[in-house]
Amino acid sequence: MDKIKENQGFLDFAYQMYKSMKTNEINLVYEGEVTQEITKTFTSLTERSLAKSAESNTVQRKVFNVMVECLQNISKHADSLSEEEEDERRGIVMVSHGAESYNIITGNVIKNEKIPELQKNLELVNSLDKEGLSALYKQQMKEGRISDKGGAGLGFIDIAKKTGSKLSYQFKELTNEVSFFILTSTIKRN
Amino acid sequence: MEVINIKGTDDTPNVILDKEKGHFEISGRSLPEDVNMFYTPILDWIDGYAEGPNDSTEFVFKLEYFNTASSKVILDILLKFEEIVENGNKVVIKWHYHEEEEDMLEAGEEYADIVDIPFDYVVYTD
Repeated sequence: MDKIKENQGFLDFAYQMYKSMKTNEINLVYEGEVTQEITKTFTSLTERSLAKSAESNTVQRKVFNVMVECLQNISKHADSLSEEEEDERRGIVMVSHGAESYNIITGNVIKNEKIPELQKNLELVNSLDKEGLSALYKQQMKEGRISDKGGAGLGFIDIAKKTGSKLSYQFKELTNEVSFFILTSTIKRN
Repeated sequence: MEVINIKGTDDTPNVILDKEKGHFEISGRSLPEDVNMFYTPILDWIDGYAEGPNDSTEFVFKLEYFNTASSKVILDILLKFEEIVENGNKVVIKWHYHEEEEDMLEAGEEYADIVDIPFDYVVYTD
């Protein structure tokens, strides 16, 4: 009996998820470890599906570009819920599109102690216009160095530059130690 | 000097560095997870080249996409060539961009703002 209930629960979940994906025009959802292999797989999947669509090359390249930066952010910076999973970089990735724009939404666990710095960086990027972003990008390229994790501290600036949209983000506290960081990047279709 | 000839993959570019033939090119995509691992031999080669460069060097960049970590390394490459210019040699950067890829043109212009090397912008269609 329990087994049947469990199966039914799963079917309901799968059905609800399918419906919700259709209503919200979500093309891709992934939750799990984010590695370079996953990054390559998703970007090439997205690339192929966009190539079949009538989307302009400019928009296709921007979507590709933002996906790479978002995924590599997770694979470099995501924290974990428990210490046992410390070396695993997990996250959630969603791509949706409507008549006006594409949204790339990523979420990952982050230590609360890192939030003030992260928020400061995001606010700085959001306060700048195109010229300001370009100046900051150049300055950061000149002065920054590649971190041990292989990042250059340029990801958010690049996303804001290429999308021409403000970065939309939220932190949802999970425990005293960690929160869930959600970043939405929007690429206008026209 | 030895010749570097690396074939591109899904996430790393084609690289040709051939002093004798005067062929210097980075093309394709660059989004490796570990930029240092991929680019260290290239930066080392350029250091060696800087000790006895050709009178005139034409360096071709024809990238369709690069991630932000690669953008920092590309600047490091350009800074090495800037030194070659400062030592009295001629260097020109041939910066290629797709006609629908204004972001790639802008990226080239940003580099040209930072380093003191002449840039030629070359547009391509396919």
